[in-house]
Amino acid sequence: MSDTPILELQDLRVDYTVRGIDREVLRGISLSIAPGEAYGLVGESGCGKSTAAYAAMRYLPRNGKIAGGKILFDGRDMTTMNNDEVSELRRSAISMVYQNPIAAMNPTIRIGHQLAEVFRMGGATKEESFSKAEAALARVQIADAPRVMRRYPHQLSGGMAQRVVIAMALASNPRLLVMDEPTTGLDATVEAEVLDLVRELRRETGTAVLFISHNLGVIRHMCDRVGVLYAGSLVEQGETATVLSNPSHPYTVGLLRCIPRGGLHKNTDRLDTISGTPPPLGQHFDGCVFAPRCALAEDKCTTNVPEMINIGNGHIARCFKHNEASGMPRNVESVTVSPTRNASVQQKGSQLLNIDHLSKAFTQDGHTVHVVNDVSLRVGVGETLGLVGESGAGKTTIAKLILGLTGSDSGSHVELNGKDLAATLKKRDVADVGAMQIVFQNPDQALNRRHSVTRIVGRAVQKLRGLSAEESTNRAHDLLSGMRVEASLHSARPSQLSGGLKQRVAISRAFAGAPQLVVCDEPTSALDVSVQATILNLLVDLQKQDGTSFIFISHDLGVVRYISDKIAVLYLGRVVEFGEADVVFGGPHHPYTEALLSSVPNIDGSVRKRIPLAGSVPSPSNPPTGCVLNPRCPRMAGSGVEGLCTTVEPELNEVEPGHFMRCHIPLDQLRVSQQK
Amino acid sequence: MSNVESVNSVVRSNAERKQIRKERLALLRKNKAFVVGTTILFFWIVLAVFGELIAPYAADEMSFEFTGMAPSSQFWFGTDSLGQDVFSRVLIGTRSILVMSFSATILGTIVGASIGLASGYFKGALDTVIMRLLEAISAIPVLIIALLAIAAVGGRSPVITVLVIGFVFAPNIARTVRATVLGETELEYVAAARLRAERTPHILFREVLPNVLPPIIVEFTVRLGYAIFAIATLSFLGAGVETGSPNWGMQISENWSSIFSNTWWPTLFPALAIASLAVCINLISDGLLEVFEI
Repeated sequence: MSDTPILELQDLRVDYTVRGIDREVLRGISLSIAPGEAYGLVGESGCGKSTAAYAAMRYLPRNGKIAGGKILFDGRDMTTMNNDEVSELRRSAISMVYQNPIAAMNPTIRIGHQLAEVFRMGGATKEESFSKAEAALARVQIADAPRVMRRYPHQLSGGMAQRVVIAMALASNPRLLVMDEPTTGLDATVEAEVLDLVRELRRETGTAVLFISHNLGVIRHMCDRVGVLYAGSLVEQGETATVLSNPSHPYTVGLLRCIPRGGLHKNTDRLDTISGTPPPLGQHFDGCVFAPRCALAEDKCTTNVPEMINIGNGHIARCFKHNEASGMPRNVESVTVSPTRNASVQQKGSQLLNIDHLSKAFTQDGHTVHVVNDVSLRVGVGETLGLVGESGAGKTTIAKLILGLTGSDSGSHVELNGKDLAATLKKRDVADVGAMQIVFQNPDQALNRRHSVTRIVGRAVQKLRGLSAEESTNRAHDLLSGMRVEASLHSARPSQLSGGLKQRVAISRAFAGAPQLVVCDEPTSALDVSVQATILNLLVDLQKQDGTSFIFISHDLGVVRYISDKIAVLYLGRVVEFGEADVVFGGPHHPYTEALLSSVPNIDGSVRKRIPLAGSVPSPSNPPTGCVLNPRCPRMAGSGVEGLCTTVEPELNEVEPGHFMRCHIPLDQLRVSQQK
Repeated sequence: MSNVESVNSVVRSNAERKQIRKERLALLRKNKAFVVGTTILFFWIVLAVFGELIAPYAADEMSFEFTGMAPSSQFWFGTDSLGQDVFSRVLIGTRSILVMSFSATILGTIVGASIGLASGYFKGALDTVIMRLLEAISAIPVLIIALLAIAAVGGRSPVITVLVIGFVFAPNIARTVRATVLGETELEYVAAARLRAERTPHILFREVLPNVLPPIIVEFTVRLGYAIFAIATLSFLGAGVETGSPNWGMQISENWSSIFSNTWWPTLFPALAIASLAVCINLISDGLLEVFEI
């Protein structure tokens, strides 16, 4: 790199003042981004990724301050600039794309005006600015630009809104684009489209990108180089492919081992975890920030701060023992003790839950919206059914209907152990209520923040098992200890616990009444990958021990593949494919499943041809006639059954033994076209 | 697990909790608005308790030799047209206004919070009816309702004033609580409670109520400030308390006409007292808001 870097952070330190005390959030970060380069920053929540991004624009929250170091933009130090100079840079040379695109726009102003304003700030006249705005929308592949210009932000889908924000960010022809988790809130297929767009725009414009993400797969596909942050310290940096395939810091190694990928399955592989928990904000370290959790740590690691050590070719790691990192001992045994089926051999194959013709329609502004449409599913004893699909597919509604939190429409049947259950909770026996429980996505919302851990679990035991208050408390303590929530934490409130511990408490509560079926609704989506691994291990252990069945809802296909025995793929409230997990993932797939699978970025960097879906998800209040996928289907054109697809809705047919699909295209034809 | 270990860890987790509390308290102590507010309030509370002991004269002690005396070393705040010591009457009047405003606000908060809780939880038709009714009540100025009610009951007494103020404040509190409860019932801990077959009252008062306490406390302090004004105003209009009792609003009402004969002290000092009490309550609520980041 001969030319001046676009952005260079030199030993940057940032403090946040929290409750009157300065806490160190970035501990001397040094990195540089060359012109046209894409640099990724990864790390778990609270490691300082976003702070680094905001610091790059010198845009810190009110309680944040730069405590030392330099931020050089094109060789000029931003820390010593006055506010006007910084504003000028932000107007003309640095742009930012935020995680939530709809919140990043002004909800009361039409898209066209907001976008044109950026051009007017750049000196364009009013007419010019509007025509430029239209061109900018076209550049981010928005088909009907004039119509989008007249809309308000809330009228756009998430993917469309993110394109508009990207158009806005590129309007000033910036030299640096800071993207903070730009696709995190988006569905997999939309994420893939936005990422493709960003890659393409980078090729065209040569803009340098600072890309913040927690998703290693996304970073692998988007970035030339990557920096790994832990507790406000940059622990490893290098070419993305090198760092991710040959990590040299124990933290990076641990992080990569936590992720369920490459076809791992609960029956044969156990996920590794990182012991301990991340340090609280601003904790002081004499030595390496990762030493307290590191399997390789020695005495000197806790007393001396390691330097960045050059491993070669720009690959550096802040670790004394970088040579041994890849062979680091695992935190948990790699192989599980016994496969699931053996544990519950006496019950093998017996049906637990039968759902037939489950439907739910809501009325919204006079329209009837069919959110769940004639869904029939089976769950066996000790089995995990994975529910996948993008937002709006009806995953969570199905869960609520099964549990009786929402009443299903007439004609729906939910049968547990051969007993037909009433539609609503109030009409179900306490025993039936306790037999089916749920673990919610967000433990912060699912646990009453004013109650102690003991109370939360104890009350559930008391109500569902009919025990006395004292007995329930004892039983709750046993349960919690079994979930590895230490006794010391039983009197704590949820806010005192980490995300992973909160989820353990929520799982303890779900198991309070010895349930036969637990619905896990995105139980690890709000957690970091290292914590996710421990929670998944725990769920698998519980299943083996108690023979509990799970309905596992997740948008993360790696996680679903790891934990599920059977998989149902949902689209617009319908099951489009259902079968054994390896069959659904192995193919031949339903065209929608195929598109979904192809949109997931792999960490190993293997390039898979993406099968795009045309357009966006139609409104469930006005679904397309015929097959609901037909306007977007990647396999319909040239299939020879187009006439059928657009007029007749296909049934969920058994296309091969145990493999169900809602598609008119014959299985063999799908197999042939998908192998190409 | 050994007992020693678990006890140690409990101490640690409690220590963390204490640490946060300590840091918050430190922040409160540094917060000027809060410190000034609590100092003034403490001062008034001491007077409310010990006013009669501190006051140099009794509240109803009249001296016809000394009517309308300007402030002096003998009568710090002067005397009124009946020859009563203004300073003593202000001190002794503290109790009446503090007790009345606190009771009225507590009453309004309990009634309002219960209505808001039920309305926000059940939603639907019940919610619509209750909210329209509350809006109707709020549309009429507080003083008019209060005067009408006092006239209808046909007597002025502190109890009636407290009841009336409590009643007219309830809609505001109900609306605040309802708005919070609406968001709160979307949270999944409510679904979790339903999934262990809890009864509705348990969900309302044991699960939801503790979580909507912070906005209730803030609304309480805000309403308390208004209550002080409302009670002073009603007393000024002669509707709050019996004539002649030591009460700041009443004092102003009885003496304001003498301002035109340059006898400003019987009016100014009770007015300053009212203002300082209202301001200190607002300072406290500002301080709490800032530190607890509600």
